[in-house]
Amino acid sequence: MGVGRRMKKQGPPPPLDESLVTRKRKAALPEKDTNGFRAKKRRASKEDAAPLPKKSALKQSKSGMETAPVGKAARANGVKPVQRKPLPVDDEEDEEDDEASADGDAIDDPDALEDELDGVGVGNLDALGSESEDGDDLDDDEFLQSGSDVMDSDTEIQKGIWSEDEDEENAEEKLTAANIEGLSRKLDMQQAVEEAEAQAELEEAAMQTNISGDRPKVLGDEDEDDEADGTLKLAPDLQLLRTRITDTVRVLDDFTKLAEDGRSRAEYTAQLLKDICAYYGYSPFLAEKLFELFPPREAFAFFEANETARPVVIRTNTLRTHRRELAQALINRGVTLEPVGKWSKVGLQVFESQVPLGATPEYLAGHYILQAASSFLPVMALAPQEHERILDMAAAPGGKTTYISALMKNTGCVFANDSNKSRTKGLIGNIHRLGVKNTIVCNYNALEFPKVIGGFDRVLLDAPCSGTGVIAKDASVKTNKTEQDFLRLPHLQKQLLLAAIDSVDHASKTGGYIVYSTCSVTVEENEQVVQYALNKRPNVKLVSTGLVFGKEGFTNYMSKKFHPSMKETRRYYPHAYNVDGFFVAKFKKMGPTNAALKNGSSGATSEHVNGGADIVDNAPITTDEEDKNDFGGWDEEEDEKYIEQAKKKQLRRKGRDPRTLKRRPAQ
Amino acid sequence: MRQLTEKETETLFSKLANYTGRSLTHLIQPPSSESSDPKNPSSERHVFRIQNNRVYYVRESIANLATSVARANLLSLGTCLGKFTKTGKFRLHITALDVIAPHARYKMWIKPNGEMPFLYGGNIVKAHVGRWSEDCPEHQGVVVFSMSDTPLGFGISARSTAEARRLEPTGITTFRQADVGEYLREEDTLFAT
Repeated sequence: MGVGRRMKKQGPPPPLDESLVTRKRKAALPEKDTNGFRAKKRRASKEDAAPLPKKSALKQSKSGMETAPVGKAARANGVKPVQRKPLPVDDEEDEEDDEASADGDAIDDPDALEDELDGVGVGNLDALGSESEDGDDLDDDEFLQSGSDVMDSDTEIQKGIWSEDEDEENAEEKLTAANIEGLSRKLDMQQAVEEAEAQAELEEAAMQTNISGDRPKVLGDEDEDDEADGTLKLAPDLQLLRTRITDTVRVLDDFTKLAEDGRSRAEYTAQLLKDICAYYGYSPFLAEKLFELFPPREAFAFFEANETARPVVIRTNTLRTHRRELAQALINRGVTLEPVGKWSKVGLQVFESQVPLGATPEYLAGHYILQAASSFLPVMALAPQEHERILDMAAAPGGKTTYISALMKNTGCVFANDSNKSRTKGLIGNIHRLGVKNTIVCNYNALEFPKVIGGFDRVLLDAPCSGTGVIAKDASVKTNKTEQDFLRLPHLQKQLLLAAIDSVDHASKTGGYIVYSTCSVTVEENEQVVQYALNKRPNVKLVSTGLVFGKEGFTNYMSKKFHPSMKETRRYYPHAYNVDGFFVAKFKKMGPTNAALKNGSSGATSEHVNGGADIVDNAPITTDEEDKNDFGGWDEEEDEKYIEQAKKKQLRRKGRDPRTLKRRPAQ
Repeated sequence: MRQLTEKETETLFSKLANYTGRSLTHLIQPPSSESSDPKNPSSERHVFRIQNNRVYYVRESIANLATSVARANLLSLGTCLGKFTKTGKFRLHITALDVIAPHARYKMWIKPNGEMPFLYGGNIVKAHVGRWSEDCPEHQGVVVFSMSDTPLGFGISARSTAEARRLEPTGITTFRQADVGEYLREEDTLFAT
C-alpha cells in the first residue's frame, strides 16, 4: 500500500516516553492525557475483532464524497469513464466486511452504497484518487494510535468507538464465564480474520500494480500539447493538476509498465515539471533544479512539504533554566509542547499556544529562544568544548551563537560576527537576554577574517544561501531566485569557507574543526562548495558530523563526481524529517595552510591550484582538470595571438585606435 | 574600547552601589579570586570597558581578545551595563540586570498577576507585591523578582518599607526603571550605537 499523501506531510514526531514531561502535562491537561491510552485501548479492542460499524460507515461516506468530485473532474477533462470492477477500495471493504461478519454483525449498507457508487461510473482516474485517499484514512488511524497528543478531527469518532467498545467488552466478559468454548472458537475465527486481512492487504498491493498495468493509457498525458495547455491557460484546475501530478509520478515510478507506448521519460518529466510549476507556483528554473535532486516521488513529497509550515520549536537556554522546568512553566501558561526528538536535549516542539511565545515572561527572562530545529544541527555538529575560542562567521540573529555559548557554559570566548549592522541589533539583544557573557560581537565582512583575528579552535560558517530549504518559511524563494543567484551565492560561499578554514588553528588540542552549513538543498551551494574547499585546501578533510540522523551528501550528482568522503556530510529535507531543508559538513584542519595557497585564494592563479592538488592525495582531480590534461600542453604563443586580436577588436568597438595601445606597452 | 577614567568609574560605581550596596566589591573582585583559577570563569577577574559611550562588564581575557577588533567594528562584548549620557551621567540598562541581581541589596518579589503590568512598563503597586526586603529606605535601588526568583527588572523604592505598609493597595511602592520587556519594546534603541 502506498504511503498516503497526508502521511508524508508530517505531523508531530512519535512521542518519547522516557524523556517526556508527561507527568506534569497530565496534571495540566487531564482531558488530553487519556488520548494515548484510549487509542491503545482501541487498538486492543480492534484485535478482538470488534466490529466498527460507525467507523466503516463513516469511511465509506467519506470516500464516497471524495470520489464524486474527482469523478466529475475526470469527466470534465474528457476522460472516458471506464467501468472497472476490481478496485482496491473494494478490497478494503472486504476486509471490513469480514471483520463485521466475524462478529455476526454485518452491515451491508455501506458496501452496497459503495458498490452503487462504483457502478455510477467511477473512472480509472478517480479510482486512483479514492484509493490514495482511502490509504490516507487508514494511515490517519495508525497515526492516532501511536499515541500522539495532537487532537484530530477523527477523535470524536474515536470517542464514540471507545465507549461502544467498552460496552462490548463488558458483555464479552460476562460471556466468558458462561461459555468459554464459544469464546475460544471466536478467537480462532478472529485469527482467521486477521490472516485474511493480511492476505487481502498483500493482494491489494498486487492489485494496485495490476490496475496500474492497464491504467496508463488513460493516465498518460494524452495530447498534452494541445489540450492540457489549453486548460492551463484558461484556468488551472488545481484538483485536476494535482491528480495529473500524482499520476505522472506513478508512471515515472514504474516506467516500463505504466508508460504509454512511444512516450519518452523526458516527456513525462517535462509534463510533471510544468504541472508542478503551475500547481505550486515555482519558477521553471527552480522547479527543475529542485526536481533533479530527488527521484520523482520524493520530489513530489518535497514540493508538498514546502507547502506546510514546519513545527514551532523552542530551545531551552541551559544557562538560565532546565528543559523540564521550562516545559512546566510554559504548560502552566497553556502551551502544548513535547520534546522535539531524542536527538536534542534542549529542544521543545510547540503544538499550540494560548499566549504569544515571543512575549511570555519566560521568554523575556531569557529562558528560551524560538529557533528552528534545523539550526540546532550545525551547532551540535560543531560540538563546542569549554574554554575554547570559537568564531561564528554569520551570527545574526544569534540562535546558534547563544547555543554555542550555552554548550560552553559561558566559558571561553565566542566571536559573533555579522556583516549586516542592522541585523546585529537582534543578535546583541538575544545575547543579553539569554545571559550570554562570553561573546564579542563585531561587524566585519566575514572574508576579512583570518586578518582580524585567527587561530580559532572551531569556526561555524552558516553561510548566506538561496534558502531553498526554507521555502515553507519564505515562499518568495519560489520565484525570485534566478540562475545568477546560483552562481553568485556559491562564489561567496566558497570564499567564506576558505576564510573559515584559514581562521582555524590546526594545532588546537581540542578543536581544529570547521562546520559549514546552509539552509539550502541545492548541490551548487553544498557539495560543490565543500568539494571546492577540499581541492583548494589540501590540509582539511571531511569528518563525521556526529549527527544521529540525516541523509548522506551526494558523492556523485548528475555528471559530477565528488570526493568519496562527501558521504560524511548530512542533508536534511522537510519531507523526510520535518525540519527545514539543511546541509551540514564538518571539516578537520590537519595542517597549516600553505602561504602560496592563501595568496591563491585572493588572486587565484591556476598554477597554484594544480600545485595544491598534486600535494594532496585526498583531493580528486576534477573533470575539468582531466580534460585539460587530455588536451596536452598549452601553447602560450598561440594564445597570446588570440588575446591580442580580441583586445584590438574590443578597442575598435569602443572607437579607439588599437595602434596607440600597442605603442604603450612597448614603452 | 578603553578603560574607564577615574571620573567615569566613580559615576558608574555610585550608580551600581545604589542597587548592590557593599557587595559591589564582589563585582570588581570576585571572592575566590585569590586562587585565580583560569578554569573557573566566575573566579576570573572581570573588568569594565567603555566603547561608544557604553560600559561593558567583561572577563579580562575576553577584553584582551577584543583589542584585536577595530573600534568601528566592535559592537558589543561581554555584558552591557548601560551608557553614559552626553551630560556625563550614567544610565543603567536592563542588560545590567544579570550583573546586579545576584548582588542586590534590596529585593522585591511580585505576584504572577503583577508580572505582566510590570513587564509592560508599569510601576509596581502594593497589591502586586508578594514579598519585599524589610529594611528598605525611600529612593533606594530595588531589584524586582518574580515569585519563582527570576529577575524581571529593577527600580527605585517610592516609599520606605514602613511607610509602604500603610499604603492602600493601589499605591505605588516602586518606580520602574528597567524591565525585561524592554528587550522587545526598546530593541531598536537599546543596542543602537
